[in-house]
Amino acid sequence: MNDISATERPVAPYTELDEAGKPYLLGSRCGACGQTHLGRFENCPKCGARGDMDAVKLASHGTLYNYTIVHRSLPGVKVPFVSATVDLDGGGTVRGNLIDIEPDPAYLKFGMPVDVVFRSASTAVADGDGYIAHFFIPAQEAAQ
Amino acid sequence: MSNDVYVVGIDMIKFGRFDDAKPESLAAQATLLALDDCGQTIQDMQAIYAGTCNGTMMGQRMLHYVGQTGAPVVNVTNACATGATAFREAFIAIKAGLYDTCLAVGSEKMGKGMLVPKNSGGTAIPTEGLLGSGVMPSVFAQMGMEHSRKYGTTFEQFARVSEKNHKHSVLNPKAMYQKETPLDMVMQAEMIAYPLTKLMCSVNVDGAAAAVLMSEKRTRELGLMNRAVRVKGSGLASDPFTDRNLVMQDVNTVTRIAAARAYEMAGVGPDDVDLVELHDCFATAEIPHYENLGLCAEGEGGAFLDSGATTYGGKVPVNLSGGLLSKGHPLGATGIANIYEIAQHLRGEAGERQVEGATIGLTHVVGLGSACAVHILEKA
Repeated sequence: MNDISATERPVAPYTELDEAGKPYLLGSRCGACGQTHLGRFENCPKCGARGDMDAVKLASHGTLYNYTIVHRSLPGVKVPFVSATVDLDGGGTVRGNLIDIEPDPAYLKFGMPVDVVFRSASTAVADGDGYIAHFFIPAQEAAQ
Repeated sequence: MSNDVYVVGIDMIKFGRFDDAKPESLAAQATLLALDDCGQTIQDMQAIYAGTCNGTMMGQRMLHYVGQTGAPVVNVTNACATGATAFREAFIAIKAGLYDTCLAVGSEKMGKGMLVPKNSGGTAIPTEGLLGSGVMPSVFAQMGMEHSRKYGTTFEQFARVSEKNHKHSVLNPKAMYQKETPLDMVMQAEMIAYPLTKLMCSVNVDGAAAAVLMSEKRTRELGLMNRAVRVKGSGLASDPFTDRNLVMQDVNTVTRIAAARAYEMAGVGPDDVDLVELHDCFATAEIPHYENLGLCAEGEGGAFLDSGATTYGGKVPVNLSGGLLSKGHPLGATGIANIYEIAQHLRGEAGERQVEGATIGLTHVVGLGSACAVHILEKA
């Protein structure tokens, strides 16, 4: 699923590579309140606990919490695309493009399961060569 | 004598596009109008609170156009809540007893096109269209979609907000546009970010608005009470942590907090409010904000709109000025311009737009990042 080469670097600061070079989304979990956040945090934005954050690997599955279909964006950005807000299983919320689906409300269901995949950023934007980014696709196990 | 604070002079320039103007020159025009509204001079202003989102020292530069008095100037920026924050700072200074007369002014020269958050989040390359979308229409489209998800609110209902506010603007000579946009025109306009069409996005315009605030003592001394408007409540909030706020900005919770603070200070509730100017930066925002401000029950914002409660003759008319959708949204000016609209009604000077017998009005602005300011104003 992850169509990337070893020389590509992650676009987002919250994307890490594991020992095998496979990308994943990095989160922080608060030891005090248990909240999971996308990305690195020293202190917890939810409860304010200091220095009690553990780095965690976020799930590669989640559900579509919210979306919009973008028909007009900044100059040069390919449209239409689906901008999706996804709640990952086990905690953490991430925004990204939902691809491999018609950009049409008739096909987009709140709560639909999605997978997180990593692809070359050049598949979405003109200046993406050399970078990888996360995308969402409809969950494969749920596909007909 | 109470320590109540009053708006004694307030005005705005007609919003529009002024290619040769600067924010400070627009601010100066609004300042002179507000001073004339209460017969004061720039020398009478003991402190000045100036709001703009772009550039620094706008307040001092504004004084180059109207008189450099040496008064303390505080420049304020707080996204779309900038003007209201400047107003609130003037209110606080008088409430604290430091001054009797202050000026609050907001001004903005807007660029063309969509607003993009300045902080890209430390990414290697621009992420618009790559990691979803962060432009304002997309952010507020999702605000509407979240309401749809929870309560089944429809594209058509959101479009009706735009139909209503554009219709209101026909009677407001200071609005950028004074054109009706029938529902089918709104729905068939170019889709920007579903469910927002172009006619459901606020207008990027230049503008300025200013207010003279005064202590009760000074207001009485000068005989200005007959047109004065009491600042009964002022609430400001930043966004508290909510589950998705760091990824999908939540302007609902921050609004609820600011509104609760303003209602508490004012000692009134939503049922006491006769009219509202709220932050309809996009049509999707207005329906959730009915609920956030307590104007209707949770989840009933769409039905509240459909009932006609928020237009002329309704329970609580909302955005009779035309709102940001049609009056226009020069960021730093907006918060004072919507106080101007309420003040006109409370003074009985709103002309054809007048809500008869209005005694209490509420203004609301929310800037992404986030900052929300709510003011409750009362006929003195």
